Order: sequence, then C-alpha cells, then structure tokens
Amino acid sequence: MTLDRLTASRRAFLAAAAGLAAVSAGLPARAQKLQTKAHIVIIGAGAAGTALASRLVERLEGAQITVIDGRAEHLYQPGLSLVAAGLKPAAYTLSRTTDWLPRGVNLIAEPAAAIDPVAKTVATVGGQVLTYDFLVVAPGLVLDHDAIEGFSLDLVGRNGIGALYAGPDYASKTWEAASKFTQEGGIGLFTRPATEMKCAGAPLKHTFLIEDIASRTVGKGKYEMHYAVPQTALFSVPIVAEKVRMLFGKRGIASHFGHVLKSVDADRKQATFATTDAAGVTGTVEMPYDYLHVIPPQRAPDVIRQSGLSWADKWMDQGWVEVDQKTLRHRRFPEVFALGDVAGVPKGKTAASVKWQVPVVEDHLLAAISGGEGTLAYDGYTSCPLITRVGRAMLVEFDYNNNLVESFPGVIAPLEELWVSWLMKEVALKATYNAMLRGRA
Amino acid sequence: MQEMTLATLIAVFQEMFGPVLFWALVTTVVVITALYVYVLIRDRSLSMRRFLLAQLSMPIGAVAAVTFVEVVTDSHLRDIGGAIDVIVLLGVALLGAFGFAVLVYTAQSLVRRQPQKAG
Ligand SMILES: Cc1cc2nc3c(=O)[nH]c(=O)nc-3n(C[C@H](O)[C@H](O)[C@H](O)COP(=O)(O)OP(=O)(O)OC[C@H]3O[C@@H](n4cnc5c(N)ncnc54)[C@H](O)[C@@H]3O)c2cc1C
Repeated sequence: MTLDRLTASRRAFLAAAAGLAAVSAGLPARAQKLQTKAHIVIIGAGAAGTALASRLVERLEGAQITVIDGRAEHLYQPGLSLVAAGLKPAAYTLSRTTDWLPRGVNLIAEPAAAIDPVAKTVATVGGQVLTYDFLVVAPGLVLDHDAIEGFSLDLVGRNGIGALYAGPDYASKTWEAASKFTQEGGIGLFTRPATEMKCAGAPLKHTFLIEDIASRTVGKGKYEMHYAVPQTALFSVPIVAEKVRMLFGKRGIASHFGHVLKSVDADRKQATFATTDAAGVTGTVEMPYDYLHVIPPQRAPDVIRQSGLSWADKWMDQGWVEVDQKTLRHRRFPEVFALGDVAGVPKGKTAASVKWQVPVVEDHLLAAISGGEGTLAYDGYTSCPLITRVGRAMLVEFDYNNNLVESFPGVIAPLEELWVSWLMKEVALKATYNAMLRGRA
Repeated sequence: MQEMTLATLIAVFQEMFGPVLFWALVTTVVVITALYVYVLIRDRSLSMRRFLLAQLSMPIGAVAAVTFVEVVTDSHLRDIGGAIDVIVLLGVALLGAFGFAVLVYTAQSLVRRQPQKAG
C-alpha cells in the first residue's frame, strides 16, 4: 500500500496514471529475438553477469550462452552495511546463484582460470577450455586483506575489529565488535583503502551508523569517532564531499586525510598508517582504537590481471579491464566487454551502475552480432543511498563528470537526509536489485 | 532509476513481497473493494451508522499503517527529515485510514444483512 509511494517517481506516477497503456508499452520492448549461433561466455554470475544473462536470453534465439562461476551463493552485497549495524541477519544477503540464472543458460560451476583473448578461449579451474565469439568479463573484484600486515579475517569480531566487506558472516561478526563499542564507548577508527573500491559510500555509511547507534546507546561524550582515509577529501564528488564534511562536523567525527592503513596490532589495539600530509611530507603514525573498521585494498581478480586485458598505464597495482568508458567494450579486443566492478572506468563500482551498464553492453553486443554498431552509452551513473542514521539517508547519484544525477528531480532532494531515502534503501533497493537480476529492472 | 514503467514497478513489488504474497495482497485489495461496491449497490445507499463507525475507525487504520511501516523499516517518527517525508507519512496514514474504513464498513454490511437506512 505505502510502497508504491516509496518508489514512485514522477515518471512512474505518469506511467501508473497512463494505466494499462503503460503496461503494454513496457512489455513488448523485447519484440523480435535475434537469430544467432554465437557463443557468448560470461565470467561471473554476480550482479552484472546474471543481469546480462537474463536479458540476453530474452533477446537472442539460438545463441549459446555460458556463464562461468564457481560460487554457489549469490551475495546481495548492499545488504552487508545493514548486517554490520545489527539491522538485518546475515541470511538477508544470501541466496543461491542458480536461483537467478534464467533457463537457456549453461552454468559451469567452476572459477575461470585463464583467458586468452587472442585465441578467444577461456579455461576453467577444472580444465575445460571454451572457445567464445564474445566474452563478457564480470568477476567483480577481490579484497586484498593480506595487504594489511597483522590483519587476518579470523580477527574479525574479536579484539574490536570489524571488516564488513568480507561477506555475510564477517559482516555479522563486525556487528559483534561494533555493538560492543556502541555499548562501552572508547575510540572508533574507520578506514578505507587507497585503491578504487566498490560502493565508495559504504565506509561512510558504517561510520555514520555506528556513531548514531553509539549516541543512543552509550551516549555522547563516551566515545570518539575518527575517519582515517588515504584520500584528500571525504568523497570523490566535491559537492557530496562538502556535505559529508558538514555532517561530520555536526556529528563530531574527526577526519584524517592521507592515511593509508598499513598494519594492525590486535593485541595492543593499535593501527599503523602511512601518512602523506598536505605539503607532501610522508611519515608513519600509530593510532589507538577500541573499534577498528578495516576495508582492504581492492583489485581485479588474478584471472583478469594475467590475461592481458587490464590497462597497461593506469591502475597498475589494481588491474581493471581496459574498456572504453562509454561502451564498456575492450579497447584492444572488440569481442570482449567488461561489466560491473572489474571494468576499468573512473566511476561505477556499484550495483546501481550495473543496472545502467547492462543495457549498454546488451546493445553493443547485439549490434556486433548483427554486424553493426550499438548506440547506447554509459555516462558513469553511480548511486549509493548514503545512510546517515538508522532511519535516514541521502540519495547520492552522480556521473563521470561529478554532476549529480537526480532520479526524482523536485521530489527527493539529493543531499538532504531523508526518511524516504532510508525507506528506499531498506525496502526498495533489494527488490530492485532482484528485479535487475531477472532482467526486469 | 533508469526507466520506470508500470511493468518495472510490478516486477519490483513482486520481488519485495515474493510473487505469491504480492498477488495475494493485490487480490485482497481488489476483493475488499469489490465487496464494498457490492454492498453499496445491494443496499442502494450509504448507511450513516456504519459510515460513522467506519469514520471512527480511521485513526486506528492510520496509526496501524504508520506503525507497520516504521517497524518493518527500523525507523521512527524522529527520522522525518523533509517535506517529502511528511507527504509520504501522510500518504501512508491516509491509505491506512481509508483502507481500514472501507474494510470496517464492508464487514459491518456483510455481517448485518439488513441495511439500516439513515434518518
Ligand atoms: C559493503 C558493500 C555495500 C554496498 N552497497 C551498495 C549500495 O548501497 N548500492 C549499490 O548499488 N551497490 C553497493 N555495493 C556494490 C555492489 O554490490 C557491487 O558493485 C556489485 O555487486 C557489482 O557486481 P559485479 O557483478 O561486478 O560483482 P559481484 O556481484 O561481486 O559478482 C562477481 C561474481 O564473479 C564471480 N567470480 C569471481 N572470480 C571469478 C572467476 N575467476 N571465475 C568465475 N567467476 C568468478 C564471483 O563468484 C561472483 O559471483 C556494495 C558493496 C559492498 C561490498
């Protein structure tokens, strides 16, 4: 009953008002299927790979579509932020990979081990070798926990250490450590990596949520909040960074720029950072904590980095795929596309970006099959409902040019802390994500 | 959001509740509305007594709807942050109020077969 209001945009409202006409206008968009014998291989059945597979099945007739992914569980990762604040159980983020894959797709349940873009083959860990006409790489990214000396995942949940990116179980263990901090107070230390990362808003969300809960549990004055990051601003989009700076000021959260987390001494509860100050002077600093949140460096999976598909002159320590930022097509191997977190584009490591990227790759792939050129372009759309309290969030949507892109212009203000934006994150986001996996959103 | 057609909205709602519950909810709404229309036609007038009780029950529906949304979403009235929040909150309350009033009216009419003409 209330929920249609939550998701209703002006466009949606007009569509609803237009009634059945809109339904019929929405459905036969998938008119004629394209006949082809092409073999399309998709590496990764996460948000991007699954959404694309679902749409290709609807658009192609006779194609052979193979999805390669060794992981049996599908993770709804935006839910991890809620799990790590005690708002949802770990199971909220878990489903099975096969729940989402459409009929007509062949799943090889093993990781891809090697890609040869010249011979156009993919080898799996189990030794199968597939030849492709088109390859879509969507294996997400890997979390490099080993890069932080003294840290290992078995520390999560103990000694005041949290690491919510590491998965559903670690996210609930993170809440065990964080909730102790919200009850007892002390020093909270929140970090993020120097590399590109998925959902750059997530470190902020965790900081805001834990501060909010602490303020209502142990109470103001009993805890300190420190946000220590390698960057020189709180967010890559200047207008958002300024807003967050003001919120940090109001909430008493101290920011420390130019701080790269290097090591953790769990027994002494000390974190060591390599620092670079505004004048470029480097050094090392040790910071004490009662609760430490670790987000490790993030990189493309080895199978990508060893395949020769990565950029040779950018992100050299990270290995993102060298694609055109508008078409997501490989710049050297035109039959290869990259989707999702692994794509080497300046923004866009969110599930919301995936939703915008998938139709673009679909368009260019289908055009390539029929010997033409696609027309759609990805503009860098990235979105992250930036939670600022339990019960409030800011809708933050932007593009390659750091422009704010508003989904609900004149209705939901982008940089305002709103209850509706929270409702979206809580109820509408997962549903939209699931609909996207099925190729229906 | 990119394209938002009614078809997308339906897809999203189905994911929210699961297809079974979603269509069950839609059916419930349709059935209650149909029954309401049915008793109106059957009785050929609005019974003012039943209407009064239905009106008196509106605040209950409003409070129930708001409480339901807040509990389901871990939020409180204190989280209302801007004009759109107030509008959505009122919308929730209104839907709850009217939905419940229609339900109360229809239930009374179905239980008591004999229509009571208002004076
Ligand atoms: C804490 C957190 C909060 C987030 N919050 C938001 C949010 O609020 N909004 C938002 O839009 N996004 C959010 N995201 C980001 C979002 O989850 C990702 O951007 C999205 O899942 C990317 O999709 P993907 O398909 O590229 O990668 P994934 O969904 O990670 O899927 C990658 C798949 O590839 C498979 N794979 C890996 N290696 C191989 C291999 N060698 N061979 C075969 N398969 C392989 C994996 O098993 C996996 O199934 C968040 C992420 C995190 C971690």
